[in-house]
This record gives sequence, structure tokens and C-alpha cells, in this order.
Amino acid sequence: MALNIINPGLSTSIQDLGRPGYFHLGIPIGGAMDRFSMRVANMLVGNSEDAAGLEAVFMGPEIEFTSDTAIAVTGADIPVMIDGVEAPSWTALAVSKGQKLSFGFLKTGARIYIAVAGGITTPEALGSRSTYPIGALGGIEGRNIAAGDALPTGSAGAVTIGASVPSTMHRMPATPAILRMVKGLYWHRLTEASGQQFLADEWKVAPEADRMGYRFRGGKTLEFVDREQPFGAGSDPSNIVDGCYSYGSIQVPGGTEPIVLHRDAVSGGGYFTLGAIISADMDYIGQLQPHTPVKFEAVSMDEALSARQERHKLLDAIRSELS
Amino acid sequence: MKTRYTFGGDEHIYVEIDEEMSLDAFFKSLSMSNAVKDANIDGVTEICPANASFQVKFNPDVIHPNDLLERIKMLEEKAVQAEKRLNTRIIEIPVYYQDPWTHETLMRFRERHQDPNGTDLEYAAQINGFDSVDDFITAHHSQPWFVSMVGFVSGLPFLYQLVERDKQLQVPKYLRPRTDTPKLTVGYGGCFSCIYSVRGAGGYQMFGITPMPIYDPEQKVTYLQDFMVLFRPGDIVKWRPIDRAEYDAICQQVEDGTYMPKMAEVEFDLDIFNQDIAKTNARLMEALNGA
Repeated sequence: MALNIINPGLSTSIQDLGRPGYFHLGIPIGGAMDRFSMRVANMLVGNSEDAAGLEAVFMGPEIEFTSDTAIAVTGADIPVMIDGVEAPSWTALAVSKGQKLSFGFLKTGARIYIAVAGGITTPEALGSRSTYPIGALGGIEGRNIAAGDALPTGSAGAVTIGASVPSTMHRMPATPAILRMVKGLYWHRLTEASGQQFLADEWKVAPEADRMGYRFRGGKTLEFVDREQPFGAGSDPSNIVDGCYSYGSIQVPGGTEPIVLHRDAVSGGGYFTLGAIISADMDYIGQLQPHTPVKFEAVSMDEALSARQERHKLLDAIRSELS
Repeated sequence: MKTRYTFGGDEHIYVEIDEEMSLDAFFKSLSMSNAVKDANIDGVTEICPANASFQVKFNPDVIHPNDLLERIKMLEEKAVQAEKRLNTRIIEIPVYYQDPWTHETLMRFRERHQDPNGTDLEYAAQINGFDSVDDFITAHHSQPWFVSMVGFVSGLPFLYQLVERDKQLQVPKYLRPRTDTPKLTVGYGGCFSCIYSVRGAGGYQMFGITPMPIYDPEQKVTYLQDFMVLFRPGDIVKWRPIDRAEYDAICQQVEDGTYMPKMAEVEFDLDIFNQDIAKTNARLMEALNGA
């Protein structure tokens, strides 16, 4: 069984839940940006939640199936078509040999997840099939999928065709999107007024938003506490001696445009970071379109941990719903 | 040096050993991150040492962030007392300074540079008080360097020169980062040299290029067959200037699978180094030349 790629869409990549363990060498964890949606897509087709599927951005691919199988589409709200007939998303769908999957125009959200029964079984690189094009790792020869690719799939488990996850159990960002963060890292470099301003401002997602990081515009330029720059840091007040970056950390080069590092993050660099987005809200970032209004909300560690548990509970509820 | 502990969201603890760069800060960071690794703490998933800091990634479902923070703080004392000694290796890296490829790239991005009328090397030589580019290049390659961090992207080493603070070369990064840097460019920013392991964006000044791959995801390069990344923190590097003919010859040897980098096992002791820098470096280079 294979997925024949007729049209790859805009930027569609093979992703699973990533390759932890190599960030100290500059190789990021990678994997689905919206892990919640990726996990649910896999659950629907009876895969283990870390099976590899497709992550498409803004536009869906067109795919032909070489034998009968089951698929599920989750994530962004976009019409799903089987041979031109609309089919429900967040639902286990049966497809027959020769049928084609295609998509309409994106309504809300940014990333579409496609799981196929048995998962995509391209070769693993450092323990994962996730595509990391900068390092030419995973996927197909380290790149996004292209027309003419035939993606191999594994043997399917038990699938309940028609099983579905109700919209009350989906998890998508609000408008404006609220991204919760824990203040820290180099937050002390900001003046108190500037820190308050950063949290009060409404930002907008900039066009430069990808798997490495999301850039934001529209807030006021940050002001730094005066200091003599430490040896080795560089002369700009936003510079530090190059250190490690956290996933979700918010750097503001030159104090102007915040960048939130995501799954394909660079592992370190010389810009100050003022905190990091909480783990529970990382999925939301993957669903933000350019120009979406966003506010950063500072929360305590306890609130961050409760939000993480809430996300776990929702996934548990879906697992029970589908079992 | 004053150690500062902070959280990066709910999954990371960031430990800044010092705000400024020094080998003392690097060694303390390395010993502490090794101590965290040796402690085998449940829930710790990744440990990343950097120049003067390190980061621990963890699963807060397994260990509470505050509990992990206390465990790490307790390891600081032990790290301070640890011997600042490393069994490591010195690796010779051939560099073709003022090569045509980085030259073409730096001309293409001239409007993003501090000195639109010169080259990166002319600018670096001038602001560091050298009479000529050649003198600056000599200062860059005559003394060895220490890999104080591996990261940014795939296997990229940050290198810190093993000389007195007043002899450190310092160069700002580009005013605005470039969107392109040739693969294997030897770059410079702040007090750090680097080798761009892959082609891509970059903000460091560009001095030259090495013919020697340092990252190979396909693991076809002879000396990268065991692991796709060459460098580890603590490696020592000696640049060796080469010309176009030698550059081409080494590229061919890499292609043929006959190229082996020159390297030697060495011991590096920070206290001995601080007592006599010239003698320590001479001993390191002697080991390399005997290889």
C-alpha cells in the first residue's frame, strides 16, 4: 500500500512526534507542530499515536491510494474531498484503491494532519521519520513531499470506520489567540514598563512563520535595562553570550519583532529571550495564520502545569471515546 | 561568576553560569551539565551545554519543575570542585581564506553590513587594530580554538580562541542577518568563530571556507560514518590556511573517500593553561604535528 502524491500542496511534510535527544548537537526535536491534532488523527485510524502522517500548511495535497485503506484528517478546518465528494474531518474514513483525496479552501487554522492506517513508513533518521529539511533528515531524502512520490505505509490495525471526534473535543486557538507564557530566561533585561507593554500589546502573526519559529509584529519596540554589555555578547542590548534556546522561547532581536521558536527550533544563539510559551499552548501556534491577532499572557508555573494536565485529560477523554 | 537559575516555560531549566564568556564559565557549565547527566534524574530528557550556560529539558509529568531545580542547584557545589581537566582531541581544519564563494555572498548582502565598501575581513582587521588583512588572518589561525558549544543548526561548532582576553578578536554580527551563507563557511561573531555546517541564513562575518564536511546526514563521508556530527563540546581546533589548489585537492579526496582529518588525542587542563598559555598551546600543536 502506498500514497501516490499527485500534488503536494504548498509545503507538506512527513511528521511524527519527533526525535528527542539531539538538541545538544543542534538537531531539533521536530515532529508535528500541532501534536494534539496529529495524535487524534492517528487514534482515529487505529495507529499508535507516534505513527508518521502528513502535515500540510494552508493548502491540502492531492493523494491517490493504491489499495483499500482508512484515513483521518484533523487540525485546520478545510473541506475534505474523496473523489470530489465532501467527507467529514476528525472522522475515520474508508477509501478504496484508486480513490483520490483532495481538499477545498482553508477556512480556519493553518495546519492539516492526515493519518493513514498503518502510518507512513519511510526510513527513520535518528529514531524518527519527521522531516527536518535544514539538516536533510527524515521524510523523503530529508525534504518535503513532491509530486510523483509514493509514500509507503505499514500494516493497518483495527479501525472503526465512521468513528468521529465531536467538535467540542477539538482544540483550536481563540481569536485573538491567547498564548500563555512563563516569564523568565532573560526577562530581567527589560525595563518594568516595557515588560508590561509587551503583555498589553496586541501582536499580529508575520508572514515569516514556519516550523522553526513564528514571528510577530505590531507591538511597541522593547526597552532594555541599561548595562555595559558582557564580554563576548555583542554590542546590541538584545545580545547575550550565545546560549541554548528553549522550545517556545520568545526572542526579540533588536527589541522589535518577537520570534517564538517551535518544533524545528535553532538550538541556541545570541539573542535574549524573555520567557517561553507553556507546553500546553505550543499546539495552538501551529494553527495560526499570518495576520492573526495574538496576545501574550503571563501565567505562573502552577497555571502552566494545570493547563498541561487539562490537555492530557482531553486526550484521555478522546482515547476513551474512541476505544 | 554568579550562577543564575531560571525556567524556560514548564519544560526547561536554564542555568546561566556567567553573563560574560570565559573558559572558567565554560568549564563550570560543562562539569555541571555532566553532573546532571551522571545523576540520571527521572524525567530529564535532554541536556544541552552552551558557552557559559546550559539547559535541561524535562517532562514535568514525571518531575515537578521546582524539585528538579533543587536537584540541579545541589550539583553546583560538586561542579565547582571538579577538576577542570578534559581528555579531548585536537583537530586540524584547513581553511581557504578569502575564497570566491563567501566573497560572492558577502558582496550580495553588502547593504546589511557595517562597512558597505569593504569586505568582512577588511572590516574585521580594521576594527581589531591590524595593519593588514593578512596580519588578521594570521591572528585567526596561529593559536588554537576551543569548541565551547555545538548547536544553532546541525552540528555547527562555536569556537573560542585559546588566548588572553586582550588578544581575543571581536567582531559584531551583520546589522541584519543574511538569508544565505555557503555551506562550510568559517564565520565570526562576538568573540566566537564558527563553521556553518549547512547552507542557510546567518549573521556572522564570513572569513573563508573549509573543504572538510562536518555534518553528513547520509553518513557517506569516511570520518562521519560512525556519527553524522563531527564536533563535541571540548574539542580543540587548529585552523590551517590553504590555497585554491589544496582546497580543490581536499574536496576531491573527500569525494573519493580517502580524506582523513588530522587529529590527535590530548589532555587539556584549565589551571595549567592559565598558568602558561603559550606553553600549553605549543604542547597542543606539537601533539597535532606528531599525528
